[in-house]
Amino acid sequence: MLGEQIIKGMAVTARNFFGSYVSKDRLTTVQYPEERLPQKGNTRQFPMLVYDNDPEKGLRCVACTICEKECPPQCIYIVKSKDKKPDYKGQPQLYPAVFDIDISVCMSCSICVEVCPFESIKMNTEFELSTDDRFDDLLLHKSDLAKSNEYYRKLHPDDAKESDAVLAAEKAKAEAKAKAAADAKAKATIAASSTTATAPAPTPAVPPSTATK
Amino acid sequence: MFDKIDQVFVASLHWLVSFLPEAWRPVASSLISIAFILAVFPALFSIVTIFERKGIGRIQNRYGPNRVGIPFTKIRLAGFGQFLPDGLKMLTKEDIVPRSADKLVHFLAPVVLLIPVLLAYSVLPFGRNMTIADYDAGLLFFLAVGGAVEVSVFMAGWSSRNKYSLLGAMRAIAQMLSYEIPLILSAVTVVMVVGSLNLSEIIRHQNQYTYGIAHWHVFTPWGFVGFVLFFIASLAESNRTPFDLPEAESEIIAGYFTEYSGFKFALFFLGEYLGMFAISGLGITLFLGGWTAPFSFLTWIPSYVWFLAKLLAIVFVFIWIRATLPRLRMDQLMNFAWKFMLPLALINIVVAGIWFYLGHDWQRWPICAVILVCAYAALGRALMRPQQFGKRVYRYAE
Repeated sequence: MLGEQIIKGMAVTARNFFGSYVSKDRLTTVQYPEERLPQKGNTRQFPMLVYDNDPEKGLRCVACTICEKECPPQCIYIVKSKDKKPDYKGQPQLYPAVFDIDISVCMSCSICVEVCPFESIKMNTEFELSTDDRFDDLLLHKSDLAKSNEYYRKLHPDDAKESDAVLAAEKAKAEAKAKAAADAKAKATIAASSTTATAPAPTPAVPPSTATK
Repeated sequence: MFDKIDQVFVASLHWLVSFLPEAWRPVASSLISIAFILAVFPALFSIVTIFERKGIGRIQNRYGPNRVGIPFTKIRLAGFGQFLPDGLKMLTKEDIVPRSADKLVHFLAPVVLLIPVLLAYSVLPFGRNMTIADYDAGLLFFLAVGGAVEVSVFMAGWSSRNKYSLLGAMRAIAQMLSYEIPLILSAVTVVMVVGSLNLSEIIRHQNQYTYGIAHWHVFTPWGFVGFVLFFIASLAESNRTPFDLPEAESEIIAGYFTEYSGFKFALFFLGEYLGMFAISGLGITLFLGGWTAPFSFLTWIPSYVWFLAKLLAIVFVFIWIRATLPRLRMDQLMNFAWKFMLPLALINIVVAGIWFYLGHDWQRWPICAVILVCAYAALGRALMRPQQFGKRVYRYAE
């Protein structure tokens, strides 16, 4: 009969209306500032620079400017340093004197992360960046971008583990190389075949980010 | 004691007026009543907007607005302070008039909307002895001023010089004219049975009790059908979903008030809600016993409380329907009005006549009920019959 389906529909909405007062599970929304949903594993917002131990000296970035060149909206600005400082392997490297990211321009594509060969630039999940100064507060400087490796491990545990493995492998390789060089120097007079025996066992795994390039 | 509480507004009005010289009293009395209406119903409007947002939120399993409370404190009032920032935002917005609009008509349209809507309140009985202008032809007056709303709608649509406005206005005119007929015809049944157009008289007729149950018209077969028809037609008259074609957001932006902003938009919004309250008030008066209590043991509750409670209940059903039903198509709208509601309203008039002439015989109950159920089933079946659309033939374009 006419109107049957209307009655059924009204019953559905009435059930929702009263049900939302009775059971909290029905409510699909979260009272945001007080309650938060856990972020998804692959959440990404804007880039950050990972450092080990010290935010100034431990910065992994060597100012190679690959990310600056690859950035599609051109939101990264890097000035290379004049001097060099030792990196985690003890090798003297340049470092960024200025590293700015304009997050009002950044489109969160994470191409900078993919191209970075030094496991330095990673995506942050910080999203509460609203501000009343749309020029200065949305231009993040090196000090704002620097985040510790522990922080990164907490954000993306799996990715951080991979990146740590890559760095450890690199370091082991460098140490082995140095050791081999020292050995070679020491045993300069002895047969050169000894170097192959001390060659590093673990070949560096290809970082997952660079694999997708 | 209860009688004093019931008459507190009437008594205080008399007391206030008694300070004035004899000649000024009628004018002062009406002015105070007008101020009362202008204060109470816009306040009700602001509260109802929150109720609507919260109710629809709950129906969609959300909280709805629950933040705004008293500023600078942590008191949230469950979001009922929301109407204040909403209203302030609306009033502080820029008032834009399109360059090619008819400036005068564009300006007058919201005013013309509000005047008949407010005039309609003058005949509504809000409680015992609480009618501002107790005309003998009160119902006729109400329906006449209610019809004037269409003028303002078309003024708004025409003067904006915008295709969406004009489309919305044309839809509104077609819809309002179509639904005015079942609205009036369903009200006619009450006039036939009561024998008066005076709204207070209509309520007095319903203010009797048998076995403790009130003689509301909605409890009779013809009254029930009349009320349902009246309710559906009043949904259409106040442009509420599922009859919101004149302002269908997804089709024509905002319909006839697309080109309105700021305070004028707020006036349209206010006028629409006040119209909804007024027509609900008329429905209450005609079918739901006005300010009377449903059961004789509840008569101690003040009459205006009953009126307000019934009004809020009807508004809740309006909101409930809005959250449930999708918008009709234009042909469905017209089919429903002309092929279903109009014949049913006409049959209902005949049934009301039968009811009246059968007197107090108990047989009038089954007879009237059977006629109406059969009519409903037959008309519904005819309306729901799958329609055959042939190939469209153009008479002149070929």
